[in-house]
Amino acid sequence: MRLQIALISALIFPVAIPGFAAQERTGQYPQAEVEVGFNLYNTNCITCHGANGDSVSGVSLRSGQFRRVSTDSELNRLIQTGIPGTAMPPGRFGTADLAGLVAYVRSMRDFDTRPARGDAARGRTLVEGKGGCLSCHRINGKGSRVAPDLSDVGAVRAPDAIERKMTDSSSSMLPINRSIRAVTRAGKVITGRRLNEDTYTVQIIDSEERLVSLLKSDLREYAVLKTSTMPSFKNTFTQTELDDVVTYLRTLKGAR
Amino acid sequence: MKFVKRLLLPAMLSSCLLIPILHAQITYDRLLRASDEPQNWLTYSGGYASQRYSLLKQVTPINVKNLEQKWVFQAESLEKFETTPLVVDGIMYLTQAPSDVVALDAKNGRVFWIYRYVVSTDVRPCCGSVNHGLAILGDTLYLATLDAHLVAIDAKGGRPLWNVKVANASAGYAMTLAPLVVKDKVIIGVAGGEFGIRGFVAAYDASSGREVWRTYTVPGPGEPGHETWQGDSWEHGGGPVWLTGSYDPNLNLTYWGTGNPGPDWNPAQRAGDNLYSDSVLALDADTGKLKWYFQFTPNDPYDYDAVQIPVLVDGVWNGSARKLMLWANRNGFFYVLDRATGQFLAGYPFIKLNWASGLDAKGRPIPTPQPEGMPTFPGLQGGTNWYSPSYSPRTGLFYVSAWEDYASVFIREAQTFEEGRRFVGGRPTSPIPGAQNVPGATRRPPINVWTEAAGHGAVIAIDPHTGEKKWKFPMTDTTDSGLLTTASDLLFTGGREGYFQALDARTGALLWKTILGGPIVAGPMTYQVDGKQFVAVAAGHSMFAFALRE
Repeated sequence: MRLQIALISALIFPVAIPGFAAQERTGQYPQAEVEVGFNLYNTNCITCHGANGDSVSGVSLRSGQFRRVSTDSELNRLIQTGIPGTAMPPGRFGTADLAGLVAYVRSMRDFDTRPARGDAARGRTLVEGKGGCLSCHRINGKGSRVAPDLSDVGAVRAPDAIERKMTDSSSSMLPINRSIRAVTRAGKVITGRRLNEDTYTVQIIDSEERLVSLLKSDLREYAVLKTSTMPSFKNTFTQTELDDVVTYLRTLKGAR
Repeated sequence: MKFVKRLLLPAMLSSCLLIPILHAQITYDRLLRASDEPQNWLTYSGGYASQRYSLLKQVTPINVKNLEQKWVFQAESLEKFETTPLVVDGIMYLTQAPSDVVALDAKNGRVFWIYRYVVSTDVRPCCGSVNHGLAILGDTLYLATLDAHLVAIDAKGGRPLWNVKVANASAGYAMTLAPLVVKDKVIIGVAGGEFGIRGFVAAYDASSGREVWRTYTVPGPGEPGHETWQGDSWEHGGGPVWLTGSYDPNLNLTYWGTGNPGPDWNPAQRAGDNLYSDSVLALDADTGKLKWYFQFTPNDPYDYDAVQIPVLVDGVWNGSARKLMLWANRNGFFYVLDRATGQFLAGYPFIKLNWASGLDAKGRPIPTPQPEGMPTFPGLQGGTNWYSPSYSPRTGLFYVSAWEDYASVFIREAQTFEEGRRFVGGRPTSPIPGAQNVPGATRRPPINVWTEAAGHGAVIAIDPHTGEKKWKFPMTDTTDSGLLTTASDLLFTGGREGYFQALDARTGALLWKTILGGPIVAGPMTYQVDGKQFVAVAAGHSMFAFALRE
């Protein structure tokens, strides 16, 4: 247990987080909730409402305007009750799942409010060329798995969040995605991106794209790195190029 | 067939005469002396003092490594499984969500009967369609349903005997707690603190279901404490009671913790202390009359429910014998109260907190509200919550499941009350980009996205006399598990990671663990059948029972 205590005390809790207020304004919903909602939407809602939320005649989930509800809690309740007399069935979801669905449906609107400022085709060329993004990320089956797959990034992240990520990666990195560095008792150094962790074990995808599960009791050293290994593109890309890349990434909605 | 019957009947009769009567009724006297029969688990918290401590000691720190799974019961529900079973003479009674009762063989998990309660579609549970368990008296089980009915069920046949409506589910009243039987009464409380209900504790005649008394947790006009509510804010004042209380037979007082005032996060709408929200109430068990109260968090802006199990301990305090109540509160302070008078004796923070700088001589917090947009410690879920703590008379330590280094940013909004609608006055958010504020336990993905950035769980052992943390068992993820201690100085606990763990109650050292594959959001319990000690806990959507390898 000593290892665990040392680890936790080493990670100073961030009391003030730059960018937090901005995040609250542009996308009110935590990224993790949006992702929970995205997955639930794709299994429960997409058949009728479609990927863009506009497949039911007269209903556009993206518009943010609903005939029967206005607030989040009303939307939450409607998902639970369904709409009697229509094809909208009652949904049995837990509290967190409901919050996720509301967050995702609300974010669908946010994702589309900012007009495209760049050119998607140019953006794709930058991602695959000058940016070197695919040396770590993967898009639709191409590229490395070392960093998170971006094939659906346009469905789960708002444009502002994508741009922020490219210019200041560490501040917007999801804590689960942090890199870990472990040294086994035999002295072998293992680094990789964290996929999951509990008190006794950690699961990673290592720098060789292998899925590795480590027992903490087998390790001599174990550290979770708070700094993202992703470089900042602030100076690599011009503002126009950044706009192009964001515009391209927004088109990535994932394989259905 | 006739021939067989003729042969069997005398044989069955004679075997009944030879075997001592095992399946005697659960009398009030047996409930009073529950610790005399540690092979059984007769109330939610294992006895009226709610110590969740068992005298069983077949499983010891030496042999605990030989525990093995003996059976598993898979619930027909994907809800959080928050039940603590009762065990009566080899029969286990448990609830599965939303409000079903299951009777099974505590030795092998085979089911005798299931009572399926159909919950009204009017129901508005705030936080999961869960149930925590049952009470028993005589041959009757008592079930508090999600749609706020109290149902008496024949413990042998599994058939309902009576069903009374306690409150109006469409107005946001719900029940998730295990009832408490005291003498000839069944005592319950209502949930609904997120719907602007008016909370209460009520007692029902165990044989007829007639309501005997009802004590509101928010005083009406003319009653003492009413002046602590601005205008008519008391009408939607909340103060829910959604967890089982305790009972002191000598004082004839029953103790119940109350929840948040409504709306949760906008105290400006309800200026004043908002009695008796976030309090412990000491009620006369016969009449429900309020004997004393102690309020932990006046005019609460954080949803710091005082909905914890009141743990009763007879101890020595400053040299003289004293009837104590130990209480680790959601607000992050651990309290010692005199349970005869409600007098505050001591209080210490047990986790990092910044909403108060301390407690004054009467136990009232000295508030230090954080600037708008800044994190408040502890966050929404609190330093602890409803998770059952434990007290071991052998170690003299109080054990609590805690959330450490955990904060929320509270956003306040004015809200107009509307019956049956959520009435919360704002929302909490996470200060961690990308983290969920309330990581869900319902069909929770088995990936801990919450991580060290947002805080972590721990079991903390507290010396009640000094507030000193004797040991701490930190976890990577958070924990909503209850705790169980035994007379062999074992402590059992789970957590969101799905491990079920046995610790040394004196040192906190890990002695045994197993992975159950789903979050443990319930309290473990122990019982004995045919000379074998079992330890049972709900995890994921299943109930697991362990005993020593043969």
